[in-house]
Amino acid sequence: MNNAKICNSFDESVKDIKSNSSVMIGGFGGSGGQPTRLMLALSKRKIKGLTIIGNVAGISETTGYGWPKNIKPVDQGVFFRKGIADKIICSFPVPASQNPKSPIENFWNDNKDSVEIIPQGTLIEKIRCAGAGIPAFYTPTGVGTIVEKNKETKLINNKKYILEYALSADFALIRASVADENGNLQFKGTSRAFNPAMATAAKTTIVEVDKIVKVGCLDPNNVHTLGIHVNRIVKRRKGDIYP
Amino acid sequence: MIYNSDPAERLNKNQIAKYATKFLKSNSIINLGIGIPSLCAQYINDPTILLHAENGVYGFNKFANDKKVDPNYMDAGGNFLKMNKNMVFFDSVESFNLIRGGHINTTILGAFQVSKNGDIANWMIPKRGIGSIGGAMDLCANTKNVIVTMEHTTKFNEPKIVERCDFPLTAVNCIDKIVTDVGVFELGNNSIILKECAPGWDVLSIQNITGVKVKYDKKVVIMDIDNV
Repeated sequence: MNNAKICNSFDESVKDIKSNSSVMIGGFGGSGGQPTRLMLALSKRKIKGLTIIGNVAGISETTGYGWPKNIKPVDQGVFFRKGIADKIICSFPVPASQNPKSPIENFWNDNKDSVEIIPQGTLIEKIRCAGAGIPAFYTPTGVGTIVEKNKETKLINNKKYILEYALSADFALIRASVADENGNLQFKGTSRAFNPAMATAAKTTIVEVDKIVKVGCLDPNNVHTLGIHVNRIVKRRKGDIYP
Repeated sequence: MIYNSDPAERLNKNQIAKYATKFLKSNSIINLGIGIPSLCAQYINDPTILLHAENGVYGFNKFANDKKVDPNYMDAGGNFLKMNKNMVFFDSVESFNLIRGGHINTTILGAFQVSKNGDIANWMIPKRGIGSIGGAMDLCANTKNVIVTMEHTTKFNEPKIVERCDFPLTAVNCIDKIVTDVGVFELGNNSIILKECAPGWDVLSIQNITGVKVKYDKKVVIMDIDNV
């Protein structure tokens, strides 16, 4: 049995994440695809200055977005309530409603330059490029808006594009349905989202899974993320209350 | 909703959503935004129209009932989905390849303001200072056919169809059609053309609550809200 990548606990799997690290949080937003147990383990660490990178970042706690009604939601606001993060890069930090204010809106109130809001398609492409060895790319998204400000642009076939740069991180915390012992992953439904790209774009990728199977048990035609990109695997306990 | 100077009731949100589905074509892939657009899903009866959501699904058409939810099956608005045989799943890279690559035929979304040259502002209220862009900029900038569904005015009866948006823009020169609670409008050649009026409304009463000079055809028709 090859279990070099398997960690016995969530706490152990995130214990080397140091202050001032950049950390990608997988999923889309909401409970499906979110590495909730890894996030809770990280939020207990006595560290400071994390940069958090994620998509829909902090709207579930106040709105219930993407969570079943009977479970108290967890979202990326946890890092800001606990004061261990001081920057966030995301596409959707706040809900439409201002009341009650989310932890990220409260953080933004005092740290206006520390919340970077990026169009979702640009955010995922920045992450994809980091994992794919592409340093930058041109996109039509954001032309004529605040997103274009202070950025290089180029006319290609008479259409204007913005130059955007790749985005990598020290760690990616991601969520999958099944892993084999080599770290090959399968996701379920819409829980794939940002997880596969983030796995390729971080120095260390840690994955929270429901199930670990022996090598050879996953259909090799249907592996969504290659084990090459996965450094650590942690299995949830049976009957975990979180989706 | 009705204001003092209104000649008739304005349509409610469900009526706006239902009417907007009239403009969707068979065999097309559609992305619905949050708010009034997400209400459209329940009125699409053509099985060849497939819905796409940014989080990595297309082919869905119904939402799950509250008791039978699986968070692994959700749309981008956070609604849990009912499974059907058309549904396929993919990651965010592929999802935005579909959007930027022009493979989504139509997107329907809400707006704070639309200007007569087709600019849209729908992600941030200036006095709040923070907002969420999500997939809106990608969808507006890259989808061939962009339809806005919205109430015609703010709750203070101020126009939302304006000469120039003073809210931060989502994208420029991209809106093709607006369906509001008082009419249907087409955009083109830097002008807003009134095509249909809600029952009881006419060109003048709509002009009175619109921030730009509205053009119109000789025969402006009444929206047939009961037969969509």
